[in-house]
Amino acid sequence: MVNKKVIVTGGNRGIGKGIVLSLLEHGYEVLATCRNASNFDFSHENLSVANLDISDDASIEAFSVSVEEFEPNILINNAGITKDNLFLRMSEDDWNEVINTNLNGVFKITKLVVKGMLKRRWGRIINISSISGSMGNPGQTNYSASKAGVDAFTRSLAKELGSRNITVNSIAPGFIETDMTQGILAQEILDKIPLKRAGKVEDVASLVNFLSSEESNYITGQTLVVDGGLFMK
Amino acid sequence: MSEVLDKVVEIVCNQLSVNKDDVTSDSSFVEDLGADSLDTVELVMAFEEEFGLEIPDDEAENITTIKSAVDWIQNNS
Ligand SMILES: NC(=O)c1ccc[n+]([C@@H]2O[C@H](COP(=O)([O-])OP(=O)(O)OC[C@H]3O[C@@H](n4cnc5c(N)ncnc54)[C@H](OP(=O)(O)O)[C@@H]3O)[C@@H](O)[C@H]2O)c1
Repeated sequence: MVNKKVIVTGGNRGIGKGIVLSLLEHGYEVLATCRNASNFDFSHENLSVANLDISDDASIEAFSVSVEEFEPNILINNAGITKDNLFLRMSEDDWNEVINTNLNGVFKITKLVVKGMLKRRWGRIINISSISGSMGNPGQTNYSASKAGVDAFTRSLAKELGSRNITVNSIAPGFIETDMTQGILAQEILDKIPLKRAGKVEDVASLVNFLSSEESNYITGQTLVVDGGLFMK
Repeated sequence: MSEVLDKVVEIVCNQLSVNKDDVTSDSSFVEDLGADSLDTVELVMAFEEEFGLEIPDDEAENITTIKSAVDWIQNNS
């Protein structure tokens, strides 16, 4: 591995925070982002933080300077949102906002890192999608479409970059205890999960750790599911 | 002229692992020198770095031979 420098988008809370803490523990140097970097309630000698709104071109442009200086070889596209509503009630704004953040954002942030990875002939791109992208979920037509898009993006990019030793994978979590799922983790949902509990951010972070490392050298273009067995193909 | 040409040939030989003797000014990266599509993108990146230029994507697509690379670089530096 050339270096252990990782960018994590949406690293201040939820799954992103779990990922950042786990990577720091494993000796990585981390550049983590959120929309307002003063919202980071933790710090570490190997952690730097930056402002980034992945739905805003000007913000991405400003962030690109930090990316060039940092020279990351690993990118974790974690930032994402939901705007749930039944299809018939879903506004075009809610559709666009979710696609623009979850799918277009992944495209734009990935653009910032691939050139450097090509030059260094080593890279890892890990996208956090969702089982909603492959199993569907009522109220989430926008979100499912965005996450299925991320999985498909993952496969095509993996084919493009494989010859340069850059792997691209996505992780599809099920129900993980974060702000995003607060108030929706009802018993009837938990009952459908073979492991009978919601996931913890650490359950996702440990897989990110594995995919970031040399241990996962021969895995690319995959969507790996972390959901306690809720969705089985 | 020859200085740009020499550098371009050197970059191409490095990137595509080909021999200098097999390269002429008309050599096409893909057809004659065995480049894949990603190689051509990387070549443009290497030219940009060596000559301190920024080659717009739509123009980069037309840089397919040694000669077209040398011409673009000379016309834009
Ligand atoms: N929780 C689950 O059960 C679950 C399941 C499947 C997939 N996921 C996916 O996992 C990822 C993380 O989810 P989470 O549960 O940790 O969500 P969360 O607790 O709501 O956190 C979302 C994170 O994304 C950031 N973010 C949102 N919009 C952004 C934007 N426009 N620009 C930059 N950053 C933005 C947030 O930053 P701010 O603090 O600035 O808002 C925050 O750090 C998401 O992609 C989500 O779709 C989650």
